[in-house]
Amino acid sequence: MTVLVLCVNGERRETAVDPSTPLIFVLRNEFGLTGAKLGCSLEQCGACAVLADGERVLSCNRPAAEFAESEIITAEALERDRIGERVQSAFVAETAAQCGYCTPGLVVAATALLKANPSPEEDEIRSALNDHLCRCGSHASVLAAVRHAAAGTADG
Amino acid sequence: MASVSLERHPRLDSWIEIATDGRILLRTGKVDIGQRISTALAMIAAEELDVDPSMIDVVRTETGRDPDEGITSGSYSMEQSGNALRHAAATARRHMVARAAEALGVDRADLEIDDGVIRARDTNRSVSYAELQGGQPFGIAVDPDAAVKAPSSHRFIGTAATPRGMADIVSGRYEFLHDLKLPDMLHARVVRPPHYHARLKALDDGVAERLAGRDISLVRDGSFLAVAGRDEYAVIRAVDTVAAAAEWNLGEGLEPQDVYERLWTNPRVSLPVVDGGPVEEPVPAPTPPPEGAMVTLSARYEKPYHMHGSIGPSAAMAWWRDNRLEIRSHSQGVYILRDAISEALGIAAENIRIRHAPGAGCYGHNGADDAALDAALVARALPGSPVLLKWTREEEHGWEPYGTCTSMDLRASLDAGGRVVQWSHESCGDSYALRPRSGPGRAGAARLLSSRYLPDPPPAFLPGPAMGKHLGIHRNLDPLYDFAGRRLVKHLVRGLPLRTSALRSLGGYANVFAIECFIDELAAMAGIDPVAFRLSHLRDERARRTISEAAELMAGWPAAEGRGRGLGFARYKNVQAYAAVAVELEVTDAAEVKLHRMALAADAGEVVDRAGLAAQIEGGALQAASWTLYEEVTFDGGGITSRDWETYPILRFDNVPAITTVLVDRPGDPFLGAGETVCGPTAAAIGNAVFDATGLRLRRIPFVPDAIRTAAMAG
Repeated sequence: MTVLVLCVNGERRETAVDPSTPLIFVLRNEFGLTGAKLGCSLEQCGACAVLADGERVLSCNRPAAEFAESEIITAEALERDRIGERVQSAFVAETAAQCGYCTPGLVVAATALLKANPSPEEDEIRSALNDHLCRCGSHASVLAAVRHAAAGTADG
Repeated sequence: MASVSLERHPRLDSWIEIATDGRILLRTGKVDIGQRISTALAMIAAEELDVDPSMIDVVRTETGRDPDEGITSGSYSMEQSGNALRHAAATARRHMVARAAEALGVDRADLEIDDGVIRARDTNRSVSYAELQGGQPFGIAVDPDAAVKAPSSHRFIGTAATPRGMADIVSGRYEFLHDLKLPDMLHARVVRPPHYHARLKALDDGVAERLAGRDISLVRDGSFLAVAGRDEYAVIRAVDTVAAAAEWNLGEGLEPQDVYERLWTNPRVSLPVVDGGPVEEPVPAPTPPPEGAMVTLSARYEKPYHMHGSIGPSAAMAWWRDNRLEIRSHSQGVYILRDAISEALGIAAENIRIRHAPGAGCYGHNGADDAALDAALVARALPGSPVLLKWTREEEHGWEPYGTCTSMDLRASLDAGGRVVQWSHESCGDSYALRPRSGPGRAGAARLLSSRYLPDPPPAFLPGPAMGKHLGIHRNLDPLYDFAGRRLVKHLVRGLPLRTSALRSLGGYANVFAIECFIDELAAMAGIDPVAFRLSHLRDERARRTISEAAELMAGWPAAEGRGRGLGFARYKNVQAYAAVAVELEVTDAAEVKLHRMALAADAGEVVDRAGLAAQIEGGALQAASWTLYEEVTFDGGGITSRDWETYPILRFDNVPAITTVLVDRPGDPFLGAGETVCGPTAAAIGNAVFDATGLRLRRIPFVPDAIRTAAMAG
């Protein structure tokens, strides 16, 4: 066990864990942030995505210790982010979820995209979401939500 | 209107409660699995009760407390729970209006209702639902003939609602079963054998002690192995430790075989299908084409095993205390699961309580029920602590019950006018009926995965042929079209290699794929436009309208070189929702199918939640497109080889077409189940569009580049 210090959702948080523990288990079980979902533990589905220094990262496999220097934002804190809030509102407006298991990861990916590129082209949106799997088939409404959020971001 | 659910639960108090604070609680036996049934049910009740849907809470079904409405399956939830709650709410309203009239001393006709407050017109006097009824039972039966609102007065029904829980879903706060945290909770994982037929030969004696030093408990019950502990990641690592210490009798493994050949050569139960249902009669031999037949065509269509492929692996919480078992599960049928676990563990059903909790979308009978038994086995071994057990990705891919592989032979003859004068369709597959329903020989337990690995396993369950109309293999086998000389046969094939059960639309996907592609083949042979060919064989006006809606949208697409278009149609089980799908696609130089456009038309009777219905139709179409283009469960002697998303790829955002959806609303008409109707038509539309684009008729799913190249070389 080692003491790990992480900056999560704007707070400095400490926890004693095995240093090889993937970030997702620290977020979910130590900090109670369950927005990052366990989907594959293979970095194949995107359900576990969080932001690290504004970029989308997958939390299911990489040790939490690798993120000691990063500012981590999870889906739970996106409402305090101007772009994150727009993305969440657009997902609600477009009812862009069915079961909702993949949704926090998609919201994170869309936020990371719009932070880097406020006016993405259609193929850039699809490419940003392409490593995220959705089994319910809510893809079309998710794409609509990201376009909707992008329109808002570009305007303001 | 008669309802199976009301026959079983006739009392109003089984369905609706008014709390002292005025909130209204709906009880339902149908569970929300992302199909937004709770959103639609709340709209239906809100309409009849004259309250805003936000005043309504919908329970998560719990055994012993909420109505037993069987399984949330077969696209029945709106027809069963929707109608039951509509009449329950209408009965409750009428009852409260009568009580209000008495309390206020006025005639019922002089009362009006606004947001749960009943007011005497032209006076200030009023009484609320909460004041009349808060916390008190109604003590009356639901009147199935209670007058319901006229569609013209609907305020909520037919609108697009924001799904319940949506704000929490986007903020990551929606609590899935996987996110549950209880005091002193243990995390658990199963250590699976290498394949179905392996049994534990030996386990290194020291492993339990080594794990104990890491604060991990080993559970061993026959060949069932699991680990549990407080630290989830330590538990995950312990799986590897146990796997390395376990020696398995592998037996003969899974027999590598060509299932498409076995579907025709293995032992089977064969039955003719008449009017949508099998009959206990000999299968009629094929007859020669009738007089007047100008042309006869035959073709074989095939689909592989498909998986449900939930994004969240199955999970369950179980807690064994004082000889009672509490379970939370994302099962679609908590009552049948309770009885099956009762059989599996040999404890009385009344000592088991199962509450539904949200899981990832399941689309049929996936690993949810199995995970509940797994958690119960661990909880029984470690009494006193709640146990949250999760499957891994590899387990979900490798151990869930799949939708069966299927092979179908079709043959039809046309007369000189292009009419079908003889039609034969035989459909071969494994069972879809392997949900854990209890019965003689511990039939429920036998269908829960880990039962097989316990020291005293129940006898293997051998399903008989499903005999009702449009079940399993013969779902949508009987075409809706006016085809003369029908010969329909279902073959329940024995001895196939993989575990199967219910996957969204059951045999409807395979049968409609075959029928609707074969119709295009026939139309081409007759030189008739495929839409016109369909319409000329259909008298049902709603079917014709649905096809025409999709066809019109397709006709409006701008011409694009190199692309092909196709259409498919079905009415689910010939009695539920109608759906027509039109697709535009191209086949790229890399032999990949690129989807460009989809037009979806559906008639599901009265539309309740427009957004929810559209999501079911669009989601069903994209899931079926994924099955059709990409998916096939593979295996070899060592077990299932589709073990993750790379070895079992599914549709991604880069191949999502532009979708236009038309919902034909029929206010006042019965709800028609809609969650599965679009799957078969989508497969056929894609097959027909590939043919239109390339001249290649693909008859075996999935349409992967290898299949397209092979077809191109053969053609």
